[in-house]
Amino acid sequence: MSVSEASARSRLLFARGGIISRGWRISWACILGLAVVLCWLGVAVLGQAIAPHGNGQIVSPDSFAPMTGAFPMGTDYLGRDMLSRVILAARYTVGMSIAAALVSSFVGATLGILAAVMPGAVDSVLSRLADAIIAVPNTMFALVVVAALGPSTPVLILTMAAMYAPGTLRITRALALNLSQSDFVQVARARGEGTPYIIWREILPNIIMPIMTDFGLRFVFIVLVLSGLSFLGFGVQPPAADWGALVRENMLGLSFAAPAVIFPALAIASLTIAVNLVLDNLPTRIEEE
Amino acid sequence: MSLVQVENLRVTVPRELGEDLTIVRDVSFEVPKGEVTALIGESGSGKTTIALALMAYARSGCRLSGGRVVMEGRDLLGLDKAQVLALRGSEIAYVPQSAAAAFNPGRRIMEQVIEPARIHGRLSDAAARRKAVELFRSMMLPDPETLGDRYPHQVSGGQLQRLAAAMAVILDPKLVILDEPTTALDVTTQIEVLHAFKRLIRDFGTTGVYVSHDLAVVAQMADQIVTLRDGQVQEIGRTRQVITAPQSDYTRRLLAAARPREVHPDMAGDARRPVLEVINLVGGYGPAGADGRPYKTVIDNVSLAIPAGSNLGVIGESGCGKSTLARMIAGLLPATSGELMLDRRQMPLTLGRRSRAQLKDVQILFQMADTALNPASTVEEIVGRPLTFYHGTRGAARQRRVLDLLDMVQLPGRLLHRRPRQLSGGQKQRLNLARALAAEPRLILCDEITSALDTVVAAAIIELLADLQKTLGLSYMFISHDLSTVRAICDEVMVLYAGRAVEHGPRSALGQEPYHPYTRLLLSSVPELDPGWIDRVGRAVQSRQGNIGAAGAAGLCPFRSRCAMRIAGCCDRIAPPLRRLAKGAQVLCHHDETALWAGAGARDAEGKGTAMPALPQRS
Repeated sequence: MSVSEASARSRLLFARGGIISRGWRISWACILGLAVVLCWLGVAVLGQAIAPHGNGQIVSPDSFAPMTGAFPMGTDYLGRDMLSRVILAARYTVGMSIAAALVSSFVGATLGILAAVMPGAVDSVLSRLADAIIAVPNTMFALVVVAALGPSTPVLILTMAAMYAPGTLRITRALALNLSQSDFVQVARARGEGTPYIIWREILPNIIMPIMTDFGLRFVFIVLVLSGLSFLGFGVQPPAADWGALVRENMLGLSFAAPAVIFPALAIASLTIAVNLVLDNLPTRIEEE
Repeated sequence: MSLVQVENLRVTVPRELGEDLTIVRDVSFEVPKGEVTALIGESGSGKTTIALALMAYARSGCRLSGGRVVMEGRDLLGLDKAQVLALRGSEIAYVPQSAAAAFNPGRRIMEQVIEPARIHGRLSDAAARRKAVELFRSMMLPDPETLGDRYPHQVSGGQLQRLAAAMAVILDPKLVILDEPTTALDVTTQIEVLHAFKRLIRDFGTTGVYVSHDLAVVAQMADQIVTLRDGQVQEIGRTRQVITAPQSDYTRRLLAAARPREVHPDMAGDARRPVLEVINLVGGYGPAGADGRPYKTVIDNVSLAIPAGSNLGVIGESGCGKSTLARMIAGLLPATSGELMLDRRQMPLTLGRRSRAQLKDVQILFQMADTALNPASTVEEIVGRPLTFYHGTRGAARQRRVLDLLDMVQLPGRLLHRRPRQLSGGQKQRLNLARALAAEPRLILCDEITSALDTVVAAAIIELLADLQKTLGLSYMFISHDLSTVRAICDEVMVLYAGRAVEHGPRSALGQEPYHPYTRLLLSSVPELDPGWIDRVGRAVQSRQGNIGAAGAAGLCPFRSRCAMRIAGCCDRIAPPLRRLAKGAQVLCHHDETALWAGAGARDAEGKGTAMPALPQRS
């Protein structure tokens, strides 16, 4: 029995650089990233249940207390438990970023492919519109919209989506345009296939990987911009807070070496890095030669 | 006296699962000094891998895992990195298959040609430039003094290939490796390049290794032939002996494939029942102008008819419009004017206005089997889609039919769930054919479908096409620049030049004088399986150069600028008439039959009388 037969039969096989399962190779980087992302998702969903203290509850007479058994991440500027604050903020940061990144990638990719397969008016309108939005400085755009409409969760999500969809549109259009000239798309056209079939079956499966990589990039930007908005006071409003807001609130603690400012920053870093670890190391199919 | 000895060379590909894959197995041969040794075989035979190993180089993923490559007493595989780098480009040089891909499009040609001299510091810039100009001249490149100032896109493919050779020999390497240097070229260009290489090798006494799958080309270039298959040596011998009296079965098969037999018997076809008629088709790129012609006319007033069950061959150099013609018939590029008739009923020029039955009846096969298959789909999805689309077949019935079709094109059923990148080049083209057959078409447009394949694989595909034709009653329009494949399968042949049909007649007319001057040029450029051929046709090469001009303005002969028989004051003023010749063909030419015969005689005299004089060797 050869090794490849063995791998086909057994469910899991440890190999150099990762594990092999049912004909798929999954790298350690992917597993690590996936673990961190799932962990944060769990925290976001279970927030209320696992946080030791309430969100606004002042539990310690000390502000900027160091890490102790009772308060593993110390306390913030008002003496609230940082661990609870970080856990409860996960819902805002993880939830809003994923929602905004999904909307942005979905809208951007759909319009991008449409622009590629429908040259002429549709392409011109979509592309110029995207250019116009890209031309407005990102943070400025977000600040103006949020200042005008007020910082509610849907407004923040849609603002982020509107900011990043044009970039995805550009990239997807370029990828799809290349493919729409390829011979296999020509064959499908010559067969008489309609545009939906060409988009879904011929083009999309071949550009999904770069679109996902793009998604990872947008996700990171959105986390950072949301945190930045919160930092400026335009994001999630007190007493609720996202990780960016937590960093801002506790900035004064920097001079006291308070853990309160370090942990939300670490949370942001771990989430963005983990998402990109997964997307850069997606499982690959093992093929016979 | 040999320059290089290869002893028990072994190249492997380490794999994560299972044993290492051996792609070159215990290969031994010698490269005699001052001679050209050819490595021939199909793709996958290891010929390029061996050629690269001569430079102590293994492609990424491969490993030189055993044996020795000894050049003048040194084992090249045992050298350290610095020594190897000093060797490459200086003592051993490499000419790649695609010169167009090997040149940096952003730098001037001269900068790139003298780059080896700069890297190795063996020649001063000025001396390297002088040497380069001398090389350009000896390779018969136009304007040798100023050619180096141009950018790569400003010269033709054949010229670029010669420039790549000039770059390789600028430091007088002891060994030059030529890796399929003419495979991507037209026959008329190939002959120029071969001639230039031959001359270069003679002038400089260089030792060469010539990698190719084309026996006729190798016959011109090599003194010794090494036949390879699956990484093993099949036969080593002197060129004439290998070609006239091959020792191994495999060499015999290669030779047989190089002379394709006629697989399709002459079928008159029922001329009253043409499956496709093309009437005065005009088309090209860009919007139509006031005169109703497109901005750049590619197909100019072409008419043809393909009787049911018979085949039409369309031949011509690249850029003559033959692929565009197929795309217009398929509707992918709508023609500007003219008519298409399918089964005597009008077929719209644009794809969107054709009925599903019309779409089904005309299928197209592309040259690159690879890019015509969606890499994300499985074999079953690829062949199954037309079944569902045209015939509404689904589920188990569809899978059965897919297996039938795979069987028809001789692909094993176990490939059903594979994806295109897991298939070989020949298998991919068979898969394309299966997909076309799934539609149950009346006509298949074959656009250069064998030119990217090895000779043996291509011959098998041609035989398959002929077999399918017998059982299914198909017709083919067979586009190719390879005359021998067209001869093997087509009943009628059309010669296209700059979008005009300059000659059109039955297959027999292709083997029979008199020809249109362009047809004659094309036919005489096809290498013959005879070691002396290139020397015989040698000098005639000069007059062949030239580019396809614009589709003849105001109907003038498009070939006039390259034609050896042009009549001043006539060809550049008056549109040529369509003449019917006694052999059954039509030609577009001012010369009548007698004059064309005279041209035939003149060419023969020229060809025989000017064999290339032997040049003295340097060492």
